[in-house]
Amino acid sequence: MVPQVAFDMVAVLRRIGWQLDYPEEQTCCGQPAFNTGYWDEARPVAERFVRIFRQAEAVICPSGSCTAMVRNFYPELLAKSALRDDALALGKRVFEFSEFLVDYARVTDVGACFPHRVTYHDSCHLLRELHIQEQPRTLLRHVGGLELIELPYADECCGFGGSFAVKLPEISAAMGMVKARNIESTGADYVTSCDPSCLMHISGVLRRRRSQAKAIHLASILAVQQAVPGRNPVAEEVAQ
Amino acid sequence: MTIATGPSPKPSTRPPGAESKFHHDAAIKAADDAHRTTVRRNIDTYNVAVDTGKARFSDWEAARRRCQQIKWEAVNHLDRYLVEFEENIKRRGGHVFWAASSEEARNYVLELAAARGVKTVVKSKSMVTEEVHLNPALEARGIQVWETDLGEYIVQLRDEPPYHILTPAMHLSHAQILQLFREKIPGDIEGESHEELVAAARRALRRAFFSAEMGISGANFLVADAGMVAISTNEGNGRLCTSVPPIHVVFAGIEKIIPRLQDLATLWPVLTTAGTGQFLTTYGTLIGGPRTAEEIDGPREFHLILLDNGRSRLLADIEQREVLHCIRCGACLNACPVYRNIGGHAYGTTYMGPIGSVLTPHLRGLDEYQHLSFASSLCGACSEVCPVRIDLAHHLLHNRRNAVDRTPRPWRERLAMRLWRWAMLDGRRFRMAGTLGRMALLTLYGAGAQQTKMDPLHAWTEAREAPPLAPVSFHDRWRRSHGKH
Repeated sequence: MVPQVAFDMVAVLRRIGWQLDYPEEQTCCGQPAFNTGYWDEARPVAERFVRIFRQAEAVICPSGSCTAMVRNFYPELLAKSALRDDALALGKRVFEFSEFLVDYARVTDVGACFPHRVTYHDSCHLLRELHIQEQPRTLLRHVGGLELIELPYADECCGFGGSFAVKLPEISAAMGMVKARNIESTGADYVTSCDPSCLMHISGVLRRRRSQAKAIHLASILAVQQAVPGRNPVAEEVAQ
Repeated sequence: MTIATGPSPKPSTRPPGAESKFHHDAAIKAADDAHRTTVRRNIDTYNVAVDTGKARFSDWEAARRRCQQIKWEAVNHLDRYLVEFEENIKRRGGHVFWAASSEEARNYVLELAAARGVKTVVKSKSMVTEEVHLNPALEARGIQVWETDLGEYIVQLRDEPPYHILTPAMHLSHAQILQLFREKIPGDIEGESHEELVAAARRALRRAFFSAEMGISGANFLVADAGMVAISTNEGNGRLCTSVPPIHVVFAGIEKIIPRLQDLATLWPVLTTAGTGQFLTTYGTLIGGPRTAEEIDGPREFHLILLDNGRSRLLADIEQREVLHCIRCGACLNACPVYRNIGGHAYGTTYMGPIGSVLTPHLRGLDEYQHLSFASSLCGACSEVCPVRIDLAHHLLHNRRNAVDRTPRPWRERLAMRLWRWAMLDGRRFRMAGTLGRMALLTLYGAGAQQTKMDPLHAWTEAREAPPLAPVSFHDRWRRSHGKH
């Protein structure tokens, strides 16, 4: 739904020297059905994910939530599957993007330049399922020109929650409004995070409020090397 | 005690009430900014106190793990520890009644009250008596019931159920309480300050304590080896309820048992720290039965009701048994962003917040109360704060799966999930679904359908902007840049 995040992730990873493969047959990790209670629907989709990715040295995902699905929930979902062992092994090689950069590739400065005031939202599954808290902040502190402002209640849910956002839209939107107010209170130009789904929600609320702050994925910040008005060096690099 | 063998109650026909009422009440509260401000301010104060409290532990995480172990041992050996506890109470002349249901528990007290000519009851805080709807049953027999915990007293005067497991009047401001007291107990008010209002309630309640023939309390822990009921309070009302009236009745869920007196050394401070940030509450009371021959005060009769009411069904469910570890501290409510927006009353249940959403389907039926398990963003804040490490978010997931497997779900949802699986099991179908969705939205939005009832994303776009449609998918762009067409 937000291909730009994936383009930007690819650009950053290539810049620091990683060779990437993109299995074209991939679809989904199965989380939407799993979280809605449809485990029988989620299971074959998860098995398909395991078959497609089990040969990879590392699988990098620009989402804490999808990463947590594979690492933390596949063992339970696929407990009786023939692919259980493959799933367990794959879980150890699936990385969230910021985690991969800092913990696996040991890179904290990717040569990015983003001269703006930025605040960081801790996505729930990234923080509480994967315990990733410092890695994105470390990466942001190494971005040229970037001023990182801590967000009040940074670890409080933005209200997305998958199907929750449309099943209980009033509660979800109220949570989003609380998040937006906190973002606005920092005076930041951008709010960033590691999950496209949270950002889609936060962005939707911010735009409806005609807020000054914009939502942007961490990968899209790290992809920017030089701030040149009217040009998008990232897109050009990927297109080459 | 009978142990049910089935994992969950049989699906019944779903009454229309609970789910639609929840959606209605939750939507109203979610839009109420004044309510949100009061609740968030109160929870923020709580959070500061709890953080200070946790810092007093040399290792809070180790304390949590220890509590988890103690409760695991207790819950997995309920048969042994409950009987040990019962024998100890009986040895001291107390009565123990095993109530399978709310009705049995209520009837026991009603018969006792009738036999002893009880006209006035004073109550210390007890969520189990809320669970069995004791007060209306007593009042229907003409018995006057006084809630003596200040928060409970306030919500009783307002004719409301508790808003929170631990702090029942958390949603009210000083001004609202002043107004309430002016209406209900005008003769007792001597001033408007917080202290004066507490004093007014105290004057009203004093009269009740010394006229009541029966005191009813809950229990924080039932200590098996000592045969003691542990009660934690801050206002002293618990001690008055349990020692002044001639009859003391304790209500406790069977899961309140702990094996040993020494376990209290860890559990008690962990409960109070998670609940209020206090290392111990002002009063910690241990009660083992009626007044003995050498004692100069205390009740002459002591009755303890051990309530099952669906708990043994939960005990039989290996996957969710640990929900019985709950010590009712309320921490998960305070951490929950849903609770912080809709408050405690919208749930329409005795136990609210994450623990309520997990527990209620087991106590009252999955079919009628499954909607609460879907009313969560699965953010996991509840699991993170639980002092006995119950993975509440995970149990919400289990309840959702059980609801899909065992009860009727909306046909549209079932169809959507089947279509989703069909699309996700094939790369071309997946991409086709993306293309079709994009085209449909572009067409509809081009015709001005956005934010109208024609908008398929209406539930989203009513309060939020839709994500902008990307001109080209990652898949197509990757293929183009890699020379594939």
